Amino acid sequence: MSQQVTGQRMERKDEVVIGLEVHIQLNKLNTKLFCSCSTDYHEDEPNTHVCPVCLGMPGAMPVINEMAIKFAVKVALALNADVQPFTVFDRKNYFYPDLPKDFQISQYDRPLAWGGYVTIEAGQGEKKILLKRIHMEEDPGKLSYRGSITTARYSMIDYNRSGMPLLEIVTEPVMNSPKEARQFLNKLRIILEYLDVFDGSLEGAMRIDANISLKGGGRVEIKNISSFKGVEKALTYEITRQKNLKRRGKEVRRETRHFDEINNITVSLRGKEEEQDYRYFPEPDLVPVDATGIIEELRGTIPEMPEQKRIRLAEQYGIGENFAKVLVLDLKMADYFEEVAKSLAEDGINLNVAASWTVDVLRGELNYRSKDFRFAYSILEPAEMVKILKYLTDGKITEKSAVEIIRTILDKGGNVDMIIEEKGLFAIANSEIEKLCREAIEKNPKAVEDYIAGKEQALNFLVGQVMKATRGKADPAETARIINKILS
Amino acid sequence: MITEKDVLHIADLAKIEISEEEVQKFKEDFQSILDYFNILDEVEENVEPSFQVLPLTNVFRKDEVKESLPREDVLRNPKHVEDGYIKGPRVVE
Amino acid sequence: MISVTEWRERLESERCSDMLSELLERIGESKLNAYVTLSEDAIKTAELYDREELKGKLAGIPVAVKDCITTRDLKTTCSSRILHNYIPPFDAHVVERLREEGAIIIGKTNMDEFAMGTTTETSYFGVVRNPHDLERVAGGSSGGSGAVIAGDEAVLSLGSDTGGSIRCPASFCGVVGLKGTYGLVSRYGLIPYANSLEQIGPMASNVHDLILLFEVVAGKDERDSTNAGRGFRFEKKEKRLRVGIIKEMTAKDDVMTKFNESVELIESLGHSAGEVSMKSFKYALAAYYVIAMSEASSNLARYDGVRYGHALDQLDSWTRYFSRVRAEGFGDEVKRRIMLGSYALSAGYFGKYYLKALKVRTLVKNDFQRAFKDYDVLISPTMPSTAFRIGELADPLTMYKMDVNTVPINLAGIPALSLPIGFANSLPVGLQVMGDYFSENLILNFALEIEENLDRGEAFKQI
Repeated sequence: MSQQVTGQRMERKDEVVIGLEVHIQLNKLNTKLFCSCSTDYHEDEPNTHVCPVCLGMPGAMPVINEMAIKFAVKVALALNADVQPFTVFDRKNYFYPDLPKDFQISQYDRPLAWGGYVTIEAGQGEKKILLKRIHMEEDPGKLSYRGSITTARYSMIDYNRSGMPLLEIVTEPVMNSPKEARQFLNKLRIILEYLDVFDGSLEGAMRIDANISLKGGGRVEIKNISSFKGVEKALTYEITRQKNLKRRGKEVRRETRHFDEINNITVSLRGKEEEQDYRYFPEPDLVPVDATGIIEELRGTIPEMPEQKRIRLAEQYGIGENFAKVLVLDLKMADYFEEVAKSLAEDGINLNVAASWTVDVLRGELNYRSKDFRFAYSILEPAEMVKILKYLTDGKITEKSAVEIIRTILDKGGNVDMIIEEKGLFAIANSEIEKLCREAIEKNPKAVEDYIAGKEQALNFLVGQVMKATRGKADPAETARIINKILS
Repeated sequence: MITEKDVLHIADLAKIEISEEEVQKFKEDFQSILDYFNILDEVEENVEPSFQVLPLTNVFRKDEVKESLPREDVLRNPKHVEDGYIKGPRVVE
Repeated sequence: MISVTEWRERLESERCSDMLSELLERIGESKLNAYVTLSEDAIKTAELYDREELKGKLAGIPVAVKDCITTRDLKTTCSSRILHNYIPPFDAHVVERLREEGAIIIGKTNMDEFAMGTTTETSYFGVVRNPHDLERVAGGSSGGSGAVIAGDEAVLSLGSDTGGSIRCPASFCGVVGLKGTYGLVSRYGLIPYANSLEQIGPMASNVHDLILLFEVVAGKDERDSTNAGRGFRFEKKEKRLRVGIIKEMTAKDDVMTKFNESVELIESLGHSAGEVSMKSFKYALAAYYVIAMSEASSNLARYDGVRYGHALDQLDSWTRYFSRVRAEGFGDEVKRRIMLGSYALSAGYFGKYYLKALKVRTLVKNDFQRAFKDYDVLISPTMPSTAFRIGELADPLTMYKMDVNTVPINLAGIPALSLPIGFANSLPVGLQVMGDYFSENLILNFALEIEENLDRGEAFKQI
């Protein structure tokens, strides 16, 4: 059914060619890449998470964090890349105020992995976004300014971030629209969260360099975009800018630009584009990594990826494709659904109900409150949700009540039974309603006559009688149905 | 032949400001030293380069946090500091 | 020269703090210029010894440390203007070991700027004078560490050796110095000039003291990824050795005379001597300088005036700021090597220089391996001449060529020491003894035997 379109260079048909370099901070590690400083610096004062190594003090030496290699290999395997058994760290030599050694320890010609791919939805099917390579490197420090980058007379440097472990994932230039770029990034982030190697919500966790060229024009690189939205906006702006230049007969120069997040435009960064000569050579203070053992150890341990989970959820729980697709976008949501579904399955309940209430209702209520499924787990455990859904399918509560219970718990906490009791939410059992309907019918022969004669209001009157008797707890639609059944 | 332009380019790569007179002097020094280095051209191509002396691989560290430097130690050496930040030169020309 | 034995004998009847004050006074009046900084804590440490609160293998022994090895809270300058005010927040691994064994760190010794030189003439703080002749250099780059031993200004010292920087001053000053197998002594805290070539090593007035200090500093350190992970324990062993004389390593006539005398002595002690030729050595000097300069160009990039060291009063735009700081902070030789190193690594030249140099390294390693099949140790004169007059070597290339006998050892990473074997025209001459990887015990036993059998009056006269 789905077409597999492999993103090879499709320049003949498409005008726009986009490639991305994604820098991911492996911030779920405890320590930095080459030193034992804590990675948990985000809330702290500047320059409080540094040591001689990540400050680049004379005489300090790097030592590789073994867990960082493992995380990186995990990612490379999950992205279907060719993980290299022998990999080396190299010095990338350039000067910049945020680089404590004025070189960065990175990888050049023997990176951790070559190739790989990520599938995204495109047009009539799927598109494989091919990767060029995956390698590891250290993060530089962070520059900030009083005022703006262009007006500040000096920079303020915080080295807390210096030495953080980065994974650089480079795609082939195979995306053809800003939307595809954004989809790729979304998919990548989900995969990374599944692998539990990074927390995408932390500041600086993901930084993207986007390369774009229009047919016939030079390649423009937009550096250091910090959000997915930013990538889409920057690329959209660039396409417009470049098309305008072409229309005016001007050449699109090959250059590096910076994305101005406030004005949503790109601005030229380097006056004259010089090819940087990084003078790469192997880091002499480190020895090579023989990753064969690590690759073998990790190969069987890659957790279930979104693709596989989607297929399995649909099959295992008999839920619709569309539900499955949405559920796998958030690992915690998928896990939540599964816990709920497993309990309900024992009772033979149609699990599309569970899916719908997870995906449509609960997720909606969480989004409205700017919360996520981590929060849901803490305040409305799956077991409690199971209760709600069982009561619902048994007819003991109405849909309206179910939503009310969920909202109450999300806002104030508490447990399901307690809330039902406080608010008196138990619906009247159908047998009870039937009894009351028969009573209403008996007591109101005129209305019955009128209804049979074709007056719709009469039905409402009868329903009203039942509602009165139950003090509004009966489900009006259900009541009407029962009355109809009795009278037919 | 090393030209003055080469010397200036190298000085820029190395971020070392050099004066007019120095350009001349370095040019001469570089020429004679590089001429001497040309003896390396005689070495055959099909020899493996030795990047390292000892055949070590996989020297690793556990992912366990150790104490960072107290901030006073960090800020003791830089000449320009402000509010806990190290002040650096501006990045726009 | 003061041996550990002598110092300890005196400690039996004198107070350590008095002895140390006397030493510091002598240093204060010295013309050698061997120290950059003296430690204010030295007397306090000596007092600890007097109160019997200082224990360890080096308890109460005054040790001098080369100024490219970091010492916590004690200025560490690499004899450069660019670090003239730098105070490290951490000790080098070897310094930690010294402190653990109760050593008294007297101060930091003068050197060639960033270890780039053979005479200490590139030091920002001026040249170190040779105790045997004040108009001559002490050798380099660990000139200060050599001079303090020969000049009675320390009992033990640590130097560093990238292309001969321990062995050269040992030879010129008439003291013993050892560069061990690459990786035996941790480089954590050694401010790097050329990482794949250099090692910290001991210098002393005699081989026993050398062994004592080497046993203390060698050993495992997890903070150095190129560390061999083992220590060193000396074991006396008597053995008849096959001694190889390296044909390509020669010297001026006066030095060769002394060298040939020592060969006669070696043979008279029952060892056999033969000649061995190392074809790759023709390229070794060029290869050494290419590798060293390339690594140095990268190692010294960090000195940009931002986090430590020499800085400008006004912050400017970054390219101008960095370039000005470095122009003011570095001496000419350092600038030369940084620039040439950048050139050797740059696009288009990487294959011609850097990669070729690494190939020569393989050839040199192979030549040594081949030689060690036929010989237990290899010997040569340490330096091609005795100590030069200050200012005698004017141009860089002539200076570089003085390292011709010492650099192949660093390329291969094997151990080598320099042992004083006498005088030529009243200037010390050194014998270089080389061994296979981790054969320090063999080399030291051999050196001990030669030292014991040399005319003591000749070789170790007090100045």
